[in-house]
Amino acid sequence: MLYFSKLRVFSVLIFTLIISYFTISNFTKVDDEFFSKNIKLGLDLQGGSYLLLEIDNEPVITQRLQSKVLEFKKFFKDKDIKVRNFVIEDKSIIFDVENSKIEEVKSLLDDDKSEINPYFQQYKSHQFNIENMDTSFKLEFSDYGLVLLKNSSLDQAIEIVRRRVDEVGTNEPNILKRGNDRILVELPGLDDPGRIKSLLGKTANLTFQFISSSSEESFGTEKLSFEDGSSEAIVSKRIVLSGDNLMDAKPTMNNQTNETVVSFSLDRVGAKKFGKATSNGVGKRLAIVLDGKIISAPEVREPIIGGNGQISGNFTFQSATDLALLLRSGALPAPLNIIEERTVGPDLGKDSINAGIMSLIIGFILVVAFMFYKYRFFGLIANLALISNLFLLVGILTLFEATLTLPGIAGIILTVGMAVDANVLIFERIKEELKNENNSIVAFDSGYTKSRTTILDANITTLIAAVILFFMGSGPIKGFSITLGVGILTTLFSVYFIARLITAYYVIKNKHKEKLI
Amino acid sequence: MKTIYFNKFYKSFNILSGILIIASLVFLVFKGLNFGVDFKGGTLIELRTDKSSANITKIRDSFNQMNLGDVSVKNFGNETDFVVKFEKQNSNDPQFIDEIKTKLSNSIGSVDFRRVENVGPKVSAELLRSGVIAIALSLAAMLLYIWIRFEWQFSLGAILALFHDVIITLGVFSVFSLEINLSIVAAVLTIVGYSMNDTVVIFDRVRENLRKYADVKIFELTNISINETLSRTIITSVTTLLALLSIFIFGGEILKGFSLAMILGVIFGTYSSIYIANPVLVSLKVSQRTIVKGEKE
Repeated sequence: MLYFSKLRVFSVLIFTLIISYFTISNFTKVDDEFFSKNIKLGLDLQGGSYLLLEIDNEPVITQRLQSKVLEFKKFFKDKDIKVRNFVIEDKSIIFDVENSKIEEVKSLLDDDKSEINPYFQQYKSHQFNIENMDTSFKLEFSDYGLVLLKNSSLDQAIEIVRRRVDEVGTNEPNILKRGNDRILVELPGLDDPGRIKSLLGKTANLTFQFISSSSEESFGTEKLSFEDGSSEAIVSKRIVLSGDNLMDAKPTMNNQTNETVVSFSLDRVGAKKFGKATSNGVGKRLAIVLDGKIISAPEVREPIIGGNGQISGNFTFQSATDLALLLRSGALPAPLNIIEERTVGPDLGKDSINAGIMSLIIGFILVVAFMFYKYRFFGLIANLALISNLFLLVGILTLFEATLTLPGIAGIILTVGMAVDANVLIFERIKEELKNENNSIVAFDSGYTKSRTTILDANITTLIAAVILFFMGSGPIKGFSITLGVGILTTLFSVYFIARLITAYYVIKNKHKEKLI
Repeated sequence: MKTIYFNKFYKSFNILSGILIIASLVFLVFKGLNFGVDFKGGTLIELRTDKSSANITKIRDSFNQMNLGDVSVKNFGNETDFVVKFEKQNSNDPQFIDEIKTKLSNSIGSVDFRRVENVGPKVSAELLRSGVIAIALSLAAMLLYIWIRFEWQFSLGAILALFHDVIITLGVFSVFSLEINLSIVAAVLTIVGYSMNDTVVIFDRVRENLRKYADVKIFELTNISINETLSRTIITSVTTLLALLSIFIFGGEILKGFSLAMILGVIFGTYSSIYIANPVLVSLKVSQRTIVKGEKE
């Protein structure tokens, strides 16, 4: 165990130097991207906001079922099958079929090549599960059909969230999928997430609907309240125009009234629709509805045909900017709920870094002093291993751009405390071996050999804990598991390559000396 | 070094441990744990006030007037820092936190919100579940590992020691109503790793000695092994505790609970490797035949 080939000495040295370089690169400035790597600080250290959003998929499911009903009706009509009594109930579609066609409908729905109820070979599942009782059919999303639906609405939502966050212009936001109905938004440096939260909390479904004069509209009517809660109005359910047709929106000043408005421009289809509706509706009031609340309901004085319009509604410049932003980035497929929020102010982050570094330095000095007191020269070797261990650990974290969190710093300090264990095990073993062995080289060698399995055992147990934490933990805790786990690997390296190398060199030089350790 | 007769006290310390475990369980069942917002849901605000104006009663009063459910206010580190926790979490209302801030500054003067945590009931339930699963998984993984490495008698001893450490550490948290949050779960897992580590070192030596001395009774043999590894046990515990104490004292308020749990865990872990794990071997009458038989299989 004490023999090192020249090549090995060389590679250990090079490896240690290269990795250590990345530790130092945290404190220097180099122009090259690869060589100027910095450790990434977690939100708890640099300050920032962490938001976990959950999509409320209920409305999407209902919407999808409604459009599916239309598809079914058309499909069966084309096939000359009479179906009736379509109902959507309890997240499923129910309908009746004439007696003679039951089997045919069954096979149409149940076939692997069914057009209307697609079959996914790799998941062995249709989009819908079918229940049949006499003439009645009940269709319900299969598990996989539901996953598909959730994924597509999540994909849409994440795109919209990204646009909205980008428009606000925070630095380096991190937006990630979590499971099939959650979105994680990390906003470094943001200490007041109020505005982002209010932007993400809105579905931003914009519609234009006429205020109804009579309640006997062919499309039906609904009662909506104004956004400021002042009053209510009966609105026709017919949607003149929706936000989908919007091309651009921005806050502007209306020169005549001197108030802030949101002006918008429509795409070609939208302009045409809007022109036609406003031509027919001169004199009526057109309600501008956002997420089920009326923003304003101005009277149409003349047809609006150019595809440009304005939304007024007692805006401040800020609220007009936000509304324009929401309209530009598009509507979410479903409402988002913020189910977890963690915000750390920048000065607390700084305090945490300082406290972390302070305790690292003090912990390090205490451990180093204790080891020197206990083992003298060999304490120095262990301490050298400890220092290179720290350099390796921070270097590897930097190289892989791991995120350093406050618990992560605690993990580094803990590594300092526990890393000496391996050297202690070896030194104690060597002491025992020296009692019965006169040849110090043999004693040292067998000290290393005999302690090896114990050291591996002891470190694997901690590594197991770190790995489980890595997979089960979130955010800051994950940072802890990373430093703890990587710390074990660098500890083993520094003990078996660096400390052993120096020990071997020293022992071979001083083999005749009494009481080596 | 002079031999210490640890084995003389196996019985008395086992009784002590038994009492501590029962007491911990009683506390855990009847008093329960003080879960933080991570596991209970709700809102946590760490705030810093202007030096002059605020005191804890004033802050508590103004929060109590806001209808936020159960409010707890604690001093946090120095006299201008406070941590406020309450049941209500309303992260969907973007003005929720701002409104609290405005109301608070009206009554106690300017405040700075240094940290806000807002955890919904669904998330807290999930975090609690994954925390419990993580601890259970790590115990199972340790059991599996030691089962592969050692004979079952050793596994039983090591696992009993682990349960001992985890239960008593949680018991202490229950007795003093210390907060259980995500970092405590991390601490418990690390304790599990550390305690195992300590036990494995002694067990490795026991096994080695079982091969060496055929005619020494396990009662004596465990004591020999404990003594042979004693200086390592002490040195490692000391360096680990030095590092942990440094976190506890200088690492800031956020890491206090974490480092305290770890300190307790290291102390109990060291103790249990000697006084729980070894007596198990003795009462299971482990002998040279145990390991020879184990190796044949």
